[in-house]
Amino acid sequence: MHRADYVIKRGFFALVTIFVAITINFFLFRVLPGNAVSDLSRVPHATPQLRHALSVEFGLDKPKWEQYLIYIRNLLHGNMGISFAYQQPVSHLLIADLKNTIPMVTVGTFAAIVVGVTSGVLSAWRRGSPPDHVSTTLAIFAYAFPTQWLGLMLLILFAGVLPAGGMTNQFLFGPEPFWQHLGDIAQHMILPAATLMLTAYGSYTLVVRSSMLETLGEDYVLTARAKGLPPRRIVLRHALRNALLPMVTLIALDLGFIVGGAVLIEVIFSWPGIGLAMYTAIGQRDYPMLQGGFLILTVSVILLNFLADLVYFRLDPRITQ
Amino acid sequence: MSLQALGAAGGGPQDPGDAQAAAGLPERRRRRGFFLAVLRERKAAAVGLGIIVFFVVLSIVAPYISPYSASAQTCAVYAPPSLHHWLGCDDGGIDMLSELMQGGRISLVVGFAATLVAMVIGGGFGILSGYFGGWVDVTLMRITDYLIVIPDLVFAMVIADVWGASLVHVIIVIGILEWTSTARIIRAQVMSLRERVYVKRTKGLGASDARIIGRHILPQVGPLLMANTVLTVAVAIYLETALAFLGLEDPSVTTWGTILEHAFERTAISSGAWWAIVPDGFVIALVIVGCFLFGQAIEDALNPRLKVAHLSVRRWRLRPLVGRGPDAI
Repeated sequence: MHRADYVIKRGFFALVTIFVAITINFFLFRVLPGNAVSDLSRVPHATPQLRHALSVEFGLDKPKWEQYLIYIRNLLHGNMGISFAYQQPVSHLLIADLKNTIPMVTVGTFAAIVVGVTSGVLSAWRRGSPPDHVSTTLAIFAYAFPTQWLGLMLLILFAGVLPAGGMTNQFLFGPEPFWQHLGDIAQHMILPAATLMLTAYGSYTLVVRSSMLETLGEDYVLTARAKGLPPRRIVLRHALRNALLPMVTLIALDLGFIVGGAVLIEVIFSWPGIGLAMYTAIGQRDYPMLQGGFLILTVSVILLNFLADLVYFRLDPRITQ
Repeated sequence: MSLQALGAAGGGPQDPGDAQAAAGLPERRRRRGFFLAVLRERKAAAVGLGIIVFFVVLSIVAPYISPYSASAQTCAVYAPPSLHHWLGCDDGGIDMLSELMQGGRISLVVGFAATLVAMVIGGGFGILSGYFGGWVDVTLMRITDYLIVIPDLVFAMVIADVWGASLVHVIIVIGILEWTSTARIIRAQVMSLRERVYVKRTKGLGASDARIIGRHILPQVGPLLMANTVLTVAVAIYLETALAFLGLEDPSVTTWGTILEHAFERTAISSGAWWAIVPDGFVIALVIVGCFLFGQAIEDALNPRLKVAHLSVRRWRLRPLVGRGPDAI
């Protein structure tokens, strides 16, 4: 298969998946019993006139297929509706939240990759030794502990030392230089990002360890040893690069989990991101926000998966054969 | 004993020769032999099963042995651990140890019930897709592919919120989200079983599809389904705690998830009440590790080639290493 074919095939798959997500999103909220009107008109003495007026206002009196077409047309124009609670366009609110989520998730994931790969390589290198046992056991337990529990633990341990909630210091505004604001945000980011690192690094450790063990048994590693290369060089230059290949797929597949973890972490540390927005929306019965958050997170995961497909193809063209 | 010997001793479904050689034995004996062999061969399997059995038994006898009521106040608010209350008390003055025992009952029920839903859907999808192939396969696997990419916690949040917070909803939500990898794995297994000689012969003798699936395919994928069941229980319990933490669990029940939620919502941290948080995380982690060890051991014994290398352990499940889509694994 040619490269272009592969890219087109994966791209088409990503597009269809996005379309499926949009459709699920629509039907979940419209077809299941109960809708925004039955919820909003739950006020005492709601008259049939009020219900009808609300129905017309939300376009719920139209047939379902027409609502669906309107929904898709609006989405294509970037219109995700108006938040019930804030009376502002959902897309504006959520884009602002997304800008807060991305740095925290990126830093946390990156830290998880670094820690996971390092401990995985060391485990495989010194397999069977006490450090190996310690690191694999830690890795298994790191996932087994619920994300929210790990976050609460960090809160208990570091509550006084590091900022425990929010993204910025409320009293730091105005004339301070830019780097001071940056430092402030970085300080607030330590605990949330560390929680994400803890909850995600374990799978990386185990996968890197076993894929390293597999690679260390390959013939070219034997050749390298026969040439008399130092072990360091064999592990880092010859084995590691090939052993890291599964990581690309794994990181992509883990994204859905990382996003879920990010929601929990944002709730714990009051990080003003898209997860906290969805959590707040649940409390406020703010369906448009919830719907928008689901859509943005799902589409990001799908697009990043598509990106991972491309990266993987670049690293290992064998997959299309 | 080597892995091959293990497979032969257990009459594992991997090799048609084994299946035929062991065909003389009654079905149930062979199956039991397989699990016993796994338990004997692998320490991890025994440890994992031990943990699971411990918590299941504890949940069953909890009402008889729990020291205090799990719903009535028996001590001061956030009283620290003491001789009378080993794990201290929560925000309502309820004994933590009793509450953990009670919470485990519901959490395990949610875990197993949700897994049952997931196994029926996933097993059904996998068997139909692998056995019939063609357009059935394409349709079912497309659905699986789309669902697998959607982030499950976020999706679960939306569904649980629209349906309203209740125990049954949480079970169904988790069940309908966590079947995708099972379907993939079962499908791969059924596809290879379908081509075996004994299945073809049965077909030649005029057996109906339903009979072949029921009598000849299902028993063979049984152990694999079992391994997936155990692993899915872990995922289900994990997801339940997350949903409960976000306030999407029935507020009137106590689960391991709601214990964490209440501790977080009701200022356990600023009160310094670590005992309302720490033990809960440990029991959840222990059950999950137990399921992981046991499920993994069965899976490894069934198919040594699949081993740990290709796992994303977060989902506690097999993941395709190379390639995606229907032909992965």
